[in-house]
Amino acid sequence: MKTIKTLLVAASMGIATLGAASAVYAAGAPSEMPDGAMKHKKWSFNGPFGTYDKAAAQRGFQVYREVCASCHALDQLAFRHLAEKGAPFYNEDFPNPNDNPLIKGFAAEYEIADIDGDDGSAITRPGIPADKFPPVYANDIEAASVNGKPPPDLSVMVKARGGGADYLYSLLLGYEYDMPESMEGTVGVGSYYNPVMEGAVIAMPPQLVEGAIEYEDGTEATKEQMAYDVTQFLAWSADPKLEQRKRVGFGTMFYLGILTILLYLSYRQVWKDVEH
Amino acid sequence: MSGPSTYIPRTGIEKWVDERLPIIRMGSDFMTYPSPRNLNYWYAFGGILTLCLMTQIITGIIIAMHYTPTIDGAFDSLQRFKRDVNFGWLIQPMHAVGASMFFLAVYIHMFRGLYYGSYKAPRELIWILGCVIYLLMMATAFLGYTLPWGQMSFWGATVITGFFGAVPVVGESLQQWLLGGYSVSNATLQRFFSLHYLLPFVIAAIVGLHVWALHHAGQNNPIGISVKTKKDTLSFHPYYTVKDAFAIGIFLLIFCFFLFFQPDALGHADNYIKADPLVTPAHIVPEWYFLPFYAILRAVESKLMGLLLMVGAIAVLFVLPWLDFSKVRSMRFRPVTRLFFIVFVVMCFILGWCGAETPDNMVFTVGYKPVVTDLAAYLELTGGTLPSIGTDREIAAATAELTKAAEETCNLDGSKSLTEYCEAKPLGLNFLWLTRLATAYYFAYFLFILPAMSLIETPKKRPDSITESVLGHNTNAALAPAE
Repeated sequence: MKTIKTLLVAASMGIATLGAASAVYAAGAPSEMPDGAMKHKKWSFNGPFGTYDKAAAQRGFQVYREVCASCHALDQLAFRHLAEKGAPFYNEDFPNPNDNPLIKGFAAEYEIADIDGDDGSAITRPGIPADKFPPVYANDIEAASVNGKPPPDLSVMVKARGGGADYLYSLLLGYEYDMPESMEGTVGVGSYYNPVMEGAVIAMPPQLVEGAIEYEDGTEATKEQMAYDVTQFLAWSADPKLEQRKRVGFGTMFYLGILTILLYLSYRQVWKDVEH
Repeated sequence: MSGPSTYIPRTGIEKWVDERLPIIRMGSDFMTYPSPRNLNYWYAFGGILTLCLMTQIITGIIIAMHYTPTIDGAFDSLQRFKRDVNFGWLIQPMHAVGASMFFLAVYIHMFRGLYYGSYKAPRELIWILGCVIYLLMMATAFLGYTLPWGQMSFWGATVITGFFGAVPVVGESLQQWLLGGYSVSNATLQRFFSLHYLLPFVIAAIVGLHVWALHHAGQNNPIGISVKTKKDTLSFHPYYTVKDAFAIGIFLLIFCFFLFFQPDALGHADNYIKADPLVTPAHIVPEWYFLPFYAILRAVESKLMGLLLMVGAIAVLFVLPWLDFSKVRSMRFRPVTRLFFIVFVVMCFILGWCGAETPDNMVFTVGYKPVVTDLAAYLELTGGTLPSIGTDREIAAATAELTKAAEETCNLDGSKSLTEYCEAKPLGLNFLWLTRLATAYYFAYFLFILPAMSLIETPKKRPDSITESVLGHNTNAALAPAE
């Protein structure tokens, strides 16, 4: 009886907190959206044992490099992150990601600003795995003058929007809807209607065009495929320790579960002859 | 602490220490402290909260080793901590989720105190110290939420410090003094970091006083009848150490669920966007544990009144021991007050709900009323003109008449306006009025209901002692083993 009560209390505590959390999200829900604009996909990384789809994330990196990278930076990422454990390009043969030849190759494609060690003059040199992804623009003002608005950094984008991966995926595919009559004439030059975006107006032109890139692994580059792949990549980028966290989490919960059962039995034993 | 000490030093070293600093005696007496034998699981939250405080302090100290308290470095330093520092990915969410869990536990602990009348004599100071701890927790949490320097950090700090500006006469100076400038800036972030590091230790000190007072006055219990004989109690160890440990196990399972599987569910996505003073988020909402007070803050138009109401909502807790002067502690024996208490809890949840919503949103809608939004368009369609001659009052009256005429031609089809110059205004309850209703009840509960019930309510018959309540009337039966 007591246990059932305890479990009920525990459950209601959990539900109350979840309720509070969802109330916070409800406040930010977009108002009117055409049916199907917000797509709900079964992401491989959801669920208690979720992992990233590495092949898709690798392709997603290609999408990032060939499409997104011309405007969007990845401030928080270093090249070596790409080959760490749980990352898209992890290779068992190179436990130290700095040795990974693939990553060395990616890094070398970038020019990194540095200072000459002999005379202190400003130079650029090819990147190494330890370097961070260089910024796309010198500063926000330059980014804004080129694009109208500074393109946001993508390294934590999937976490920075209420809908997460679904949001990003839907946004990339959200250019195909017809603008409602009430909005006609309100969207200026250099802006686009996209119902997934907050306010339904976005400064980014549609980027994913059928066959825009040629996948190295031969996968057909449909819009949906590219959106899916780049979402996998950016989901990893936003939460690179997800797989480790879920693995440790399962172990911890399992251990705690056993411990709690033992504690309950100890409690029963200690209180066995006590009226209370 | 209270009662004669049962500690007997056994070794020479223990004797030597005991004569000079009786610290082992203190620990020993703490462990054998006689606790009422009828404490239920609601009484486990004291131990849970101690664990929460320790978790926050330990994880916080580690995060501070890697955190950069500048507006250019704060956001990136936490990202670096989570990506590159060993177990940073675990420790930062543990601190953030831990804050939510801390508040969850403290709210249950407080509701427990309210239900069982734990604030009544001789425990007024335990309750008041608890309120001080709660106030410090709110300050600490608010300061801490600014530190990641995301959008909600920045705008939350801007909104809340803005309310200090509403204080008469000194408001503006006070606000600038708090911020270290005219707006939330680097100076603000650095002082918030400093204070966020300081306050937990102040909390720990007051927790010491809280526990000291508790051990002096003795624990309350679910029936609120004071401990009378030794038979009413059990030694804290092993009886309550094992019971608390089991409760902590359950609590940690909930904690770990959020920590490992939903680390961001209790936060706001906008805080993963670097603070930008030029971009205001669509909705500025505080963390869930502040939502009820945020709702009270917005219940009235005037900023100053809102501030006073919010401060009052906490201040009223401090004087609660004198507002509820019924001699009966536990609500178990106060059938009418108990109902009011349950409504009070529901109202607190409703306030939390209101805090997350925009005040103009509708809770429910019973129908729509046509409202003329564009009188000129109506006049153009019907060929009429606005009256222009006559006194102001005559013009206003004529305009009102025209508006009324226009309103009658509004075509409302169920829920939507079909005529261009009209709009369908929903009729029903909006969140502003729900907030006002719940706020009114919140204050009424403390200021009117509890004092009134103290005077008029006839309590149920109470058992004479804890032992009697445990055993029915057969007080002579074996209560078994205790020592």
